[in-house]
Amino acid sequence: MTVTQERVRRPQALGAADPRSPDDHGALRRAVGRNLTAYGFLCAALICFALFSWYPMIREIVLSFQQNNFVDPGEWVGFDNFRTVVADPAFRSAWLNTAAFSGLALVIGYAVPFVLAVVLNELKHAKAYLRFVVYLPVMLPPAVAVLLFKWFYDPGAGLFNQALDAVHLPPLSWLDSTSTALISLVIVSTWMNLGTGTLIYLAALQSIPGDLYESAELDGAGLLKRVWHVTIPQTKLILLVMLLLQIVATMQVFIEPYLLTGGGPENATVTVAYLMYQYAFNFGDFGGGSALGLMLMVVLLVFSTIYLRVSREEAER
Amino acid sequence: MTTTRRGLSLLLVAGLGLVAASCGSGEDKTPAADGPVTITVGCEPPKSNPKERAAWEEDVAVFQKAHPNITVEGKDAFPCINPDTFQAKLAGGTQEDLFYVYYTDVRKIIDKKQAADISQYVGSVGKLKDLRQDVMSVFKANDNTDKTYGLPRNNYNMGLVYNRKLFTQAGLDPANPPKTWDEVREAAKKIAALGPGYVGFGEYSAGNTGGWHFAASLYARGGSMVSDDGKTAAFNNDEGKAVLENLKRMRWDDNSMGSKQLLQWEDLMRMMGGGKLGMMIGAPDVVQSVNNDFKGKFEDYGVTAVPESDGKFSLSGGDGYMFNPKASPEKIKAGLLWLEFHELTPGQGQFNYARSKEQGRPVGLPIPDLYGNSAPGNEINALRKQYATVPVDNFTPYVSAQGNITNKLEPPKAQELYAVLDVAMSAVLTRKDADIDKLLSDAEGKANKILAKNT
Repeated sequence: MTVTQERVRRPQALGAADPRSPDDHGALRRAVGRNLTAYGFLCAALICFALFSWYPMIREIVLSFQQNNFVDPGEWVGFDNFRTVVADPAFRSAWLNTAAFSGLALVIGYAVPFVLAVVLNELKHAKAYLRFVVYLPVMLPPAVAVLLFKWFYDPGAGLFNQALDAVHLPPLSWLDSTSTALISLVIVSTWMNLGTGTLIYLAALQSIPGDLYESAELDGAGLLKRVWHVTIPQTKLILLVMLLLQIVATMQVFIEPYLLTGGGPENATVTVAYLMYQYAFNFGDFGGGSALGLMLMVVLLVFSTIYLRVSREEAER
Repeated sequence: MTTTRRGLSLLLVAGLGLVAASCGSGEDKTPAADGPVTITVGCEPPKSNPKERAAWEEDVAVFQKAHPNITVEGKDAFPCINPDTFQAKLAGGTQEDLFYVYYTDVRKIIDKKQAADISQYVGSVGKLKDLRQDVMSVFKANDNTDKTYGLPRNNYNMGLVYNRKLFTQAGLDPANPPKTWDEVREAAKKIAALGPGYVGFGEYSAGNTGGWHFAASLYARGGSMVSDDGKTAAFNNDEGKAVLENLKRMRWDDNSMGSKQLLQWEDLMRMMGGGKLGMMIGAPDVVQSVNNDFKGKFEDYGVTAVPESDGKFSLSGGDGYMFNPKASPEKIKAGLLWLEFHELTPGQGQFNYARSKEQGRPVGLPIPDLYGNSAPGNEINALRKQYATVPVDNFTPYVSAQGNITNKLEPPKAQELYAVLDVAMSAVLTRKDADIDKLLSDAEGKANKILAKNT
């Protein structure tokens, strides 16, 4: 790792030496030549970002202020698209559901990977095997994982209700009830994604100096006290970064309601991203879809800004 | 927890879509244009359907021989259209000259001016005057100008699809399917009683399909989704209540609809193909899909009219072709020749039943019904009977009821209204205490807002 970084950095450092020296155009050429591969990689990344991230974002902003049939030039309509989506009865439900999903995902999806990481870190045996098992769901394509849960949640033959029946508990409606549908989606989302979070936490835990735990143990601290007084303070920044990433990610929830519930029952799982999809692709109203997308982007921008500041702080640490 | 996959999901759906968004009879030798013209045509059967593909290629060869100036370039896809990609293809310049479309989307496309006006050319289609007027009205503008924007390929209306095998198992007579909703309830109870996993009657309630079937049931009871002027909702009445009350009773009092709800199109197809679903609202094309893609067998299914729809309406459905708004007059003229040959001529193209039988493809379904009782319609029916490979008697109750049922088109802003009514449908099927009056009243308020914007 160190060697690779050194190899990459050295030519950059050389390239940074005053290339505009009038008597040294050859040096500039050599510097560029030496960095050619790096520039090539950079260009490829820039093109990808420009095409698949920045351009769509700019187009989204433009489209949100236009009525566009993609045949004639778009007609500027001011804030009409925003007024339309705000007046939509599903708009309020979508934001409330999105907020509830993010909240529930924080309670469940944020805590579970951390606890798992702490447990895995404390284990003496089968560590590698368990890490693999925990990471396994991440390797499944999201659509496959979601459809797997569709069967788990089946009220009749589904795995979950069979399990409840085995311990003589009444079956649950899972996706079919307004009170359990959203939390069922959170469970799917958590299961699909906890592997990555767990491994990141685990890496952070392993970077904590062992002597801190030894000192705590000598002072008579039990497991919980060690976690509270050593683990959490030492991983504070990672926890904060992951919290922000979690919020940004969960607010864009789409595939779970799209594949499992179609937004139902009674709009209980309509999210902002799902409503955006409905507008753009089912109603053929890209203006409305883009307006919703822009609103979501502004909200996420706040969290992303905080994330950038926190991660910069961590990098400087 | 990880952002990468979520980001990818959203990017795939919105980002990529937005990127793309930015950017005569076969024997007639009359050329369509002075010079050579190439037309791209959607819905060419994919290579994974080798028989259909071979038939298409044979038809293209025959057509091109008769019209040496015209080259037909098929664009294969399965399914024929993914509405999600429509806008992107149009904006990205990859939309076919003749693009395939479902009836549900036609009104939206005309309103948004996303298809070419073919009024001044369509008169060249010889069979135009024989096509059912209600079918042709699907492709006409809704502004009293009588402009035409496309031609049909398929047409059907809703009925009741039932599993004849399960009827027999449950002690019911498959030759006498239910004619009233009370009979449907009784049959559904008997089928559900066959054992765990058996569902008497299945219904959609998610992904806008619930609202679609609400409209189908409402029409069959004589109701309407919107007022005659299309400005207000018209479903909050006795007919609308009857639709939801009937479902509620079957779901909760009879327990004949299974416990799994929020079903969408593919769910019911799979259940029907799996042989554990007794009945559902659907057209004969359901049997085709179940046979072709969901492991069902033609002989196990039958179709009848929606109960109690005699003298009333049936929601019509189907598909057809529209023209790219940027297509030149030459392409439009050539495209019309192709459509007349391939989609509208008895004994040719899709109606070449002799070839279909030879290839071992199903013949005998009572669809497409493009011509009603006119001469071409009777000719098609005669060919269908002559070359039938599926048990046509299984569709007799559906066919014989057609004479006294009027086809009715989907409402304006169909997808938006269906999304609103999904809520009511999912409520009665997932909540025992659902308040039908309140659900319909809420839906009416929402629908009125949507329709007010439309007008």
